[in-house]
Amino acid sequence: MDLFEYQGKQYFARFGIPTSAGGVADTVDEALAAAEAAGYPVVVKAQVKVGGRGKAGGVKLAANADEVREHAGNILGMDIKGHTVHRVWVEHASDIAKEYYASFTLDRPAKLHLGMLSAEGGVEIEEVAVTNPEAIARLHVNPIEGLDLATATKWVAEANLDPEAREQAAALLVQLYTCYVEGDCDLAEINPLILTTDGEVKALDAKVTLDENASFRHPEWEDYAATDTEDPREKMAKERGLNYIGLEGSVGIIANGAGLAMSTLDVVNQVGGSAANFLDIGGGANADVMAAALEVINADPAVRAIFVNIFGGITRVDEVANGVVAALERVEIRSPIVLRLDGTNAIEGRAILAPHLSERLVAEATMLEAARRVVALAGN
Amino acid sequence: MSIFVDENTKVVVQGLTGGQGRFHGLRNRAYGTKVVAGTSPNKAGTDVEGIPVYASVAEAVDATGADASFVVVPPPAACAAILEAAEAGVSFIVCITEGIPAQDEALTFNRLRTEFPGTRLLGPNCPGIISPGKTNIGITSGDIALAGGPVGIVSRSGTLTYQALHELSQQGVGQTTCVGIGGDPVPGTNFIDCLEAFEDDPDTLAVMLIGEIGGSEEERAAAFIAEHMTKPVVSYVAGVTAPPGRKMGHAGAIISGSQGTAQAKMEALSEAGVSVALNPTEAGEMMVEIVRGLG
Repeated sequence: MDLFEYQGKQYFARFGIPTSAGGVADTVDEALAAAEAAGYPVVVKAQVKVGGRGKAGGVKLAANADEVREHAGNILGMDIKGHTVHRVWVEHASDIAKEYYASFTLDRPAKLHLGMLSAEGGVEIEEVAVTNPEAIARLHVNPIEGLDLATATKWVAEANLDPEAREQAAALLVQLYTCYVEGDCDLAEINPLILTTDGEVKALDAKVTLDENASFRHPEWEDYAATDTEDPREKMAKERGLNYIGLEGSVGIIANGAGLAMSTLDVVNQVGGSAANFLDIGGGANADVMAAALEVINADPAVRAIFVNIFGGITRVDEVANGVVAALERVEIRSPIVLRLDGTNAIEGRAILAPHLSERLVAEATMLEAARRVVALAGN
Repeated sequence: MSIFVDENTKVVVQGLTGGQGRFHGLRNRAYGTKVVAGTSPNKAGTDVEGIPVYASVAEAVDATGADASFVVVPPPAACAAILEAAEAGVSFIVCITEGIPAQDEALTFNRLRTEFPGTRLLGPNCPGIISPGKTNIGITSGDIALAGGPVGIVSRSGTLTYQALHELSQQGVGQTTCVGIGGDPVPGTNFIDCLEAFEDDPDTLAVMLIGEIGGSEEERAAAFIAEHMTKPVVSYVAGVTAPPGRKMGHAGAIISGSQGTAQAKMEALSEAGVSVALNPTEAGEMMVEIVRGLG
């Protein structure tokens, strides 16, 4: 789950990472109040989960109330790469002397944490990684050992941070590592990490991705989940605990397991159809989950046929079959359904569905045959 | 032969008294797996249809000689269960638990690597391992596999593991061992571990590798295949037509140097001499062709 910049900064603050004073605003009046509280000059920043805000005009400096009114008015409601700006973050403007880059994430092949630190931070960091990789000091951290101040102190020197920034930066990196580990982040990134003209080191931006598997020990994350999605279909799926991504096509997809769900998209596309969504009902899904999945797909007006592709492992096909029957009783499904059921308890599952089969509820023996059938029914 | 496990492997099921543990533990036993024990902190001394339940893995190992464990416990307790098995001297641990925090996985993997180098973890979030006709540890439905070889399967995706087994069995092509390594960020066993074992297994004559988008494991597998594999490999990477996934800030792109797309993975595999299919059915057909060609 990605956080907005302001949420990331609030998250950083819990671990003592310095940021600028600021506040969020959903209206021009709120932006003015936030600016008064932060103290002029301020920066008005669009809150969207996409890069390139600055270039799109979503980050503006304001010296006084009139400028805040003008910029907040322009930015609120603005479209940035398909994301509508509903909220701005207003913070006291910093006098930047230097821009650095710092992040922690998992190095999957090494199976260790990886810290990256560069004296050449800013918007071009990905280019730096390609053209001048030596400018990024990489540090593997073994989770057993963690990151101590002595190691961080060597690291900031190795990365060639300015001498006056090093002591503060080293302390901040230890805090960022703690935030990454104890805060259960997949990614904790600061770009830019700045040195101000008065010699202060702080996070000017925050990019935080939380590991949703850890939500059981972070009840406070519920606030973030509520602001996570805009697509009404995705919202509906999220409320039902389903792993759903909305797409543009006409074939509704329900599968168990991300791999099979992706493979189902592949096959539907390869036989000439187009998927309306990705929906993984996960391992061990029961009848209620299946019924909820059908309801979500049914609510998408673009869907003209539904493909239920289940290969039972921990998911039991008889449970899935019961879910389909329950959904058919609960709601009127607008589109014909094509089923392909294999694996654990498949024989029992097929027997449950047998009396319900019709032109509107079709069973096919293989994934490929089912894909052809559902695409034909969708009229592609 | 099979890799990692065989008909003599003795399994303790951690979480045998829970709903999933009971269902799959008993199914594994019905398949022929030597399920010799279960553990449960508060049901020690009882049994599950004749399988004795112990308070700890150490006690189960002492009493039964179990050398493998099947971990079926919820995410908050799964890593402790894995380490408990390793401490008890179990050398092969299968963890099917889905939803373990990545930080816990990273810590657990590094503890195993440092403190228990002789222990292999398969998973978490994987379907397990099946050596058809010999043993089945995990949640794979045993009836979709076919004994006799000669194909080894390794897969990063759970349900596609079943699909791969199914495609081959339907055509009468058997498997030596099928390993589901799982798609979590820190898998205990990776593609290369399995490819290496299949290359060394005289009964495995060809390998099917099922990947998916994200990360760089398939690219690393391709490099290994080019360098070390003499046996033919067929591959399918799920997500050929998937929408571009979320990008993890700049750090993700900087690390992998690619976006982890199916296209990039397929190209890498293809350059390594792997036969690359566009869907699981095609992968099955390609493998059937190869096996028939082997005579």
